[in-house]
Amino acid sequence: MTHSNKIENELIMEWISEGSTVLDLGCGNGELLSQLIEEKHVRAQGIELSDEAIHRCVARGLSVFQEDIDSGLAAYGDKSFDNVILNQTFQQVKKPDLVLREALRVGKKVIVGFPNFCYITDRFQIFFRGRVPVTPSLPYEWFDTPNLHFLSIADFQEYCKKRDFQIEKSVFIRGNTKVRFFPNLLAEAGLFLLLS
Amino acid sequence: MKTILEKNETKYFTFAQPPDELILESGEKLGPITLAYETYGRLNEQKSNAVLVIHALSGDAHAAKLSEQDPTPGWWDSMIGPGKGLDTNKYFVICSNVLGGCQGSTGPSSINPKTGKPYGTDFPIVTMGDMVNSQRQLIDHLGIDKLLSVIGGSMGGMQALHWMVSYPDRIRSAIPIATTLKHTPQQIAFNEVGRQAIMADPNWRKGHYYGSALPAKGLAVARMIGHITYMSDTSMAEKFGRRVKSDKVPHKFAAEFEVEGYLSYRGDNFVKRFDANSYLYITKAIDYFNLLNGHSISDIFKGLKAKVLVIAFKSDWLYPTYQSQDIVKALKLAGVDASYCEINSTYGHDAFLLEVEEETDLIKHFLNTVANGKNGD
Repeated sequence: MTHSNKIENELIMEWISEGSTVLDLGCGNGELLSQLIEEKHVRAQGIELSDEAIHRCVARGLSVFQEDIDSGLAAYGDKSFDNVILNQTFQQVKKPDLVLREALRVGKKVIVGFPNFCYITDRFQIFFRGRVPVTPSLPYEWFDTPNLHFLSIADFQEYCKKRDFQIEKSVFIRGNTKVRFFPNLLAEAGLFLLLS
Repeated sequence: MKTILEKNETKYFTFAQPPDELILESGEKLGPITLAYETYGRLNEQKSNAVLVIHALSGDAHAAKLSEQDPTPGWWDSMIGPGKGLDTNKYFVICSNVLGGCQGSTGPSSINPKTGKPYGTDFPIVTMGDMVNSQRQLIDHLGIDKLLSVIGGSMGGMQALHWMVSYPDRIRSAIPIATTLKHTPQQIAFNEVGRQAIMADPNWRKGHYYGSALPAKGLAVARMIGHITYMSDTSMAEKFGRRVKSDKVPHKFAAEFEVEGYLSYRGDNFVKRFDANSYLYITKAIDYFNLLNGHSISDIFKGLKAKVLVIAFKSDWLYPTYQSQDIVKALKLAGVDASYCEINSTYGHDAFLLEVEEETDLIKHFLNTVANGKNGD
């Protein structure tokens, strides 16, 4: 769970207000959290499973817990964080629906980011090559991928409507640029800010 | 880098001289009390680099070699020394034998000043809280206002947790390892079998055996049970398999399998260095341990400013990881600056003394961030 995209981190930085509290689910080696602490003076915690990543976080002085995101949120009270981040880990948890609902219980705002499975290159690989896509945003082979769920930007928007989750902001990304038109076709990833 | 530690030796600190005895949690008074302790490294001028290491059930004050020439390794030699996890070039490491122990500190084998004879079972019941209170007296005596850290595994971890609750303002950080907020029925049960083995030994004589034959067999059996619980199914299979000794055994039920030989060797060796009554008192103190004791899990660490690193081991079935996760839950609910690491190990509970590399990496870096005042705030 260490996929980190410069532009995504920059956008997340913009969405998080100075001095707030942050819980990063699947915080990797703690790069984003360290940056948030340094530049936004947030109070931060992270949850991460990887041994190596956890050791890096401890060495950075971060507050991190080696736990499964699927079960790690139960210990937190309602609205105990201003922000909960689920960037690039949303599609990797066992129960994304439960995790997102838990995240919305624990946080006042939730930032969700995931690779768009219906990006044009992915569609080409499926349609013309008859293969499960392997692209920069979905870099894993089918037999060795941490991704458990495959969703598109449109799928997520529809899901939020169904669940009555309020999308406050959304940004669509390809490489290091924002995508303004036809995001479900032209964006590699989506980043959403939900209000609980 | 080669650094020769200062010439050093086991030291003794005596306090609670009558009539100012220590009032134990039971309400009884005990004094005078002596604590055996050792120190490694040098206390800096600001007295800000002191780390208290707390031993487990059978440990003692000798946590590490006192000098390069010291022939006896300490119980945590792999962690304490120049350049190691607890780097004695940077930190002043203190380790004392617990109250109730038998390796230099006051315990049931010490002389009762009122009778001139060993206390035996006239020694009062002591608790984790009493052990921690006496450690605090030692820290006062050393002139240390705030410890950089308290670190301990197993029973030592319980005391580290106790420091967090009893003396939160005297520590800047804590590292409880392979431990629990309260002793569970299964853990009490194993301890009870050990105690029954000791008390069933005819030489025990209600605890007044000093000067005559020792309840050695009972204590050895208690230790054997302990060792089973410290290992894992995997580590035992790897270490012994079903291998048998090559030489002919003297009778049908003599130790034949390697694991049997190992356990009796461990048991017999233990008897040479440990007092059976101390085993009774210390296991009882562990069994009484319950930090929750009427408090809610969200309240016990409320207001704690210290930074905490909780470490557990996946194959530890004596202190399973869910118990460390409960500690973590309490810390989260209290909003403490904490971290939790679950180390992948097959060694079982013993892992806290054996997984040197992973622990070193974590402890070294964690202490570094505490010493440099780096934290999530």
